[in-house]
Amino acid sequence: MKKVHFSEWGLESPRYWGLLALMAVIVAIGGAAAWYMEHNGHWVTGMTNQIVWGTPHVFAIFLIVAASGALNTASIGSVFEKKLYKPLARLSGLLAITLLMGGLAVLVLDLGKPDRLLVAMTHYNFKSIFAWNIFLYTGFMAVVAVYLWFMMDRRFNKHYRPVGILAFVWRIILTTGTGSIFGFIVARQGYDAAILAPMFVIMSFAYGLAIYILVLMFTYKIDGRELGDKVLFRLKNLLGVFAAAVFYFTLVYHITNLYGTENHEYEAFILLNGGIYTFLFWVGWVFVGCLLPMALVYHPTIGKTRGGIIAAAVSVILGGLATVYVIVIGGQAFPMAMFPGKTIVASGFFDGVNGQPFLYSPSLPEVLLGIGGMALVLLLTFVAIRVLQFLPVSLADEVVDPHHAKS
Amino acid sequence: MSSTSDQGRRDFLKKAAAATTTVTLAPGVVLHTLQAQAEPRTTPVTDKVRWGMLIDTSKCVEGCNDCVEACDQENGLDLVNKPEGADDALWERQRPQWIRHVKLKDNMTGRITNLVMMCQHCEFPPCVDVCPTGASFKRADGIVMVDRHICIGCRYCMMACPYKARSFIHADVAEKLTRAPRGKGCVESCNFCVHRLDNGQTTTACQDACKHQAIVFGDLKDPDSPVSKALKAYPSVQIRDDLKLNTGVRYTNI
Repeated sequence: MKKVHFSEWGLESPRYWGLLALMAVIVAIGGAAAWYMEHNGHWVTGMTNQIVWGTPHVFAIFLIVAASGALNTASIGSVFEKKLYKPLARLSGLLAITLLMGGLAVLVLDLGKPDRLLVAMTHYNFKSIFAWNIFLYTGFMAVVAVYLWFMMDRRFNKHYRPVGILAFVWRIILTTGTGSIFGFIVARQGYDAAILAPMFVIMSFAYGLAIYILVLMFTYKIDGRELGDKVLFRLKNLLGVFAAAVFYFTLVYHITNLYGTENHEYEAFILLNGGIYTFLFWVGWVFVGCLLPMALVYHPTIGKTRGGIIAAAVSVILGGLATVYVIVIGGQAFPMAMFPGKTIVASGFFDGVNGQPFLYSPSLPEVLLGIGGMALVLLLTFVAIRVLQFLPVSLADEVVDPHHAKS
Repeated sequence: MSSTSDQGRRDFLKKAAAATTTVTLAPGVVLHTLQAQAEPRTTPVTDKVRWGMLIDTSKCVEGCNDCVEACDQENGLDLVNKPEGADDALWERQRPQWIRHVKLKDNMTGRITNLVMMCQHCEFPPCVDVCPTGASFKRADGIVMVDRHICIGCRYCMMACPYKARSFIHADVAEKLTRAPRGKGCVESCNFCVHRLDNGQTTTACQDACKHQAIVFGDLKDPDSPVSKALKAYPSVQIRDDLKLNTGVRYTNI
């Protein structure tokens, strides 16, 4: 391998500032939406005492999960020592941090009392996986920041592999912790499953890599840098493997559930008669999130085009949002099984009368807050790659070819 | 009415009560309500007591809403008004409620059961397990409640409660009672009328309101308490006993 040189994002000023301004406007709209919801209270959202976590949680969890997945390429380079991936590591670490910041911003702004963030940092209940996650998330940012520093500072370059290994282990624990938020909930039929933790890990692999591929392609294209097929095809093939793995976990999760009679009603709700949740499961989670990207990346001709690869990555992201929506909202919409063998025929507090699911429609401010979080990720990323050397000058085939390196 | 002015009123009442505990409105008509219980509780809560409840579903009557209304008044839930411009149907699903009437039908026999649901005051409460800050807590006497000073409004407890017993305050609350303060953005649920128990009373508002005697409340650790005697005399169940939460609220004749 030739020596890889890095440089700042050299986009000419008007385009760069224009892009930044666009992101800032979307972030500002998201911020205004958050202010509107906090100022009025959650009654202006679609959230209720039945659906307590709404669309902001879908975006927040998607971004947080994707954050740990974005570190994939760095981990493959430093932990598993694949040379081809080493030049990709800096952007990978950066996206891991910015995605986490975006996700956490959305999560925190949807709290009933965001002004009490300090309370959350001074009062801990260590039996709560939420409390652990506060440490896992902030710790992850710190570890990845050191990882990036050691990677980019020649003086510490020789030490960066141990930090890379730590970051890798940390990210697996982090996503396990995020999956466990749901896995530990014994009350609800759709959760309370240990498989949710590893499923979240594999989901993170797919979502993080999809975002990484799109950001890499965009920043290179717009800056006129060369991105060779060697790197891109390797990444898109990996994306196909991850999409397949998500599909595998989806199968195991539902087939295991189907085996137990107690879960039949919940499974019927998700797979057959759950309305929007059934639609999002089959069309969003399974088709758009898993099958379509697999077909696209492994198609003999489409899979070798830039358009095909972009479509596959976008597909994984949209399918991923649908997946998280089905898990978070669908899992709450299904009435809790409080009285086995009995049907609730009347209730003064919406207990799923006659087995009816709880209603929820996302409100505009919730969606805007989520999109604002996504724009924040890009805004932070664009600022960072402009001021520091995150991007290799070229990722052309002759620069990154590992065979070339061996000879 | 803000809590500050409420405090002022309480001070006034305390002084007024010191002067006289009755007010003569007209000859022969005496108002007996000016009693101030302003002294804070000085003795700590102990685990010598465990508050609990037995609900006899055979006595709970369809169409009766007395306990719900009494709870609403006792805990100021009736003061939580629909915000201007809020959608009626959506607000119904957003407004707080601590106790609710539920009617069940057995899938095989068609037998109808009426009961009330509220926080079950578990010995091992999932809401307390998941709360990141420790705001959701269990007192030594078994009451599960929320410390509104450190609740950040994350709603994880609502996700975790197997009884859907908790409510989130979705809007500003203009009027509130000193004994039941609440604010937008926090979670709350039934606390067995803790303000009554801490002031020496031994009943809850829902129990007092139930003219059918479907609710028996008391100390589960006292073998002579009505609730202990009733539990000993009749077979009872816990809702979702598969979770082994050892609930403080039990049911008979489900």
